[in-house]
Amino acid sequence: MTAASSDLVTLVLGIFGVLIVASTVGYILERRLATDGPNAAVENLNARIRAWWAMVILIGLAFIAGRVGVLVLFAFCSFAALREFITLIYTRRADHWALASAFFLILPIQYYLLWAEEYGIFSIFIPVYAFLLMPIISVLRGDTERFLLRVAEVQWALMICVFCVSHVPALLTLDIPGYEGRNVLLIAFLVIVVQLSDVLQYVWGKLFGRTKIAPKLSPSKTVEGFVGGIVSATLIGAALWWITPFTPLQAGIMSFIITLMGFLGGLVMSAIKRDRGVKDWGHLIEGHGGLIDRLDSVVFSAPIFFHIVRYWWSLS
Amino acid sequence: MKALVAKVAAASFVIFARAITAVRAIWPEEGLPARPCVYFANHSSHGDFVLVWAVLPPRLRHRTRPVAGAEYWLKSRTNTFIGRDVFNAVLIEREREKRTHDPVALMVSAIDAGSSLIVFPEGTRNQTEERLLPFKSGIFHLVDQRPEVDLVPVWINNLNRVMPKGEIVPIPLICTVTFGNALRFAPGEDKQAFLERMRAALLALAPKPAGSGE
Repeated sequence: MTAASSDLVTLVLGIFGVLIVASTVGYILERRLATDGPNAAVENLNARIRAWWAMVILIGLAFIAGRVGVLVLFAFCSFAALREFITLIYTRRADHWALASAFFLILPIQYYLLWAEEYGIFSIFIPVYAFLLMPIISVLRGDTERFLLRVAEVQWALMICVFCVSHVPALLTLDIPGYEGRNVLLIAFLVIVVQLSDVLQYVWGKLFGRTKIAPKLSPSKTVEGFVGGIVSATLIGAALWWITPFTPLQAGIMSFIITLMGFLGGLVMSAIKRDRGVKDWGHLIEGHGGLIDRLDSVVFSAPIFFHIVRYWWSLS
Repeated sequence: MKALVAKVAAASFVIFARAITAVRAIWPEEGLPARPCVYFANHSSHGDFVLVWAVLPPRLRHRTRPVAGAEYWLKSRTNTFIGRDVFNAVLIEREREKRTHDPVALMVSAIDAGSSLIVFPEGTRNQTEERLLPFKSGIFHLVDQRPEVDLVPVWINNLNRVMPKGEIVPIPLICTVTFGNALRFAPGEDKQAFLERMRAALLALAPKPAGSGE
């Protein structure tokens, strides 16, 4: 067994251990609190834990399938996220071809470029080519009604759901001396730290949350949850240094940056939901809401994480 | 052989519709009627009945037949195969002068044979900014003859954005299909009052426009 796969196995066993504990706690809570009818909070908690099992197993299978598996998984995430996003934005019939090309042209090309490891074009394809192409396709139909709003929203959807999401699998393309063949662990590090931070913010908030941090954006987020979640996720991230090319201190700093970006990303995406008058992005993941509800923090941290690693650690 | 191809085609339509729209059904508190009933829905896309059909539980789906315009569904061999063999549609002729069959009689006999129906009382696809067009009277003549039949309002949301009229490539967007509690024809109810009551019940299921920018 190579070093990478034995680290991966250790990691997966560790995550399963955490999930088994979570499921057990969920079960006990259900037995204790459900004596006088079902408890909504506990039911939601258990739905979330079940969904976590499914997500962990899915990501695990993608890792086993290798590079193509990871690319397919995140391409699907981009597709489902883009579908949720575009469902909520203002579009007109004149945007039909622009929207169709977002799904069936730009999304596949972005992931093809990753597969072909064409970093130069991968990193500018959506910010430059799609940015210019989409309004051109829309304008050809001659409908000027709220034109700027329409093209801006579609570009935003592509940036968030395709460009940012594709920076998670893009970690596989980095060429880090002494870390060859282990890049998949960088994805694991990013996803685990950011998602753990979300979970820990939720747990700290539920246990000690008193002061709302952004009542207008997200009534469930508290200062206590924020501080507790970020600090504990940063410490766990530092303790995971052995799966990364970083020293423990560097892993801690990285964790701090990505958890902070994740938190702020969650606020931005909440603001969009408020603006659109919805509570969740969709219903894809039971207990969590839509895919974007789960992915929002990863979306904001992935490109930053990618570029920091690329700038200071990678050769290419 | 033809029946097998039709079965496979039906299954692929359902899978395709689900993959594009991630369609989610919202059921009424009372559940769906177990006996043959009439689902009446808003109409904005050719895919409307496919979506209703796709979300129905299989045991109800198999005996549910869409009511559709013969002029369109008998236009070509492919259309005929899809309309008649895949979805087992009750094909009615819309142009009064050229009719060879009475549409209401066709619907009544389908119900008598134990089928449920999917109808679009607006009569045509809604291309306007109005949320729902006035209802045609066919549904009234149907319950006039079979007053005991349950009428289930069904609001299909967003499908008009997935595939507007004249487009060939569908855009993946999340759709919902909301079923309301079953309604009945009140004996002696006036035609206009009945149609208005049905229309109001259907409109009541429509969510506030999301993504309309309002």
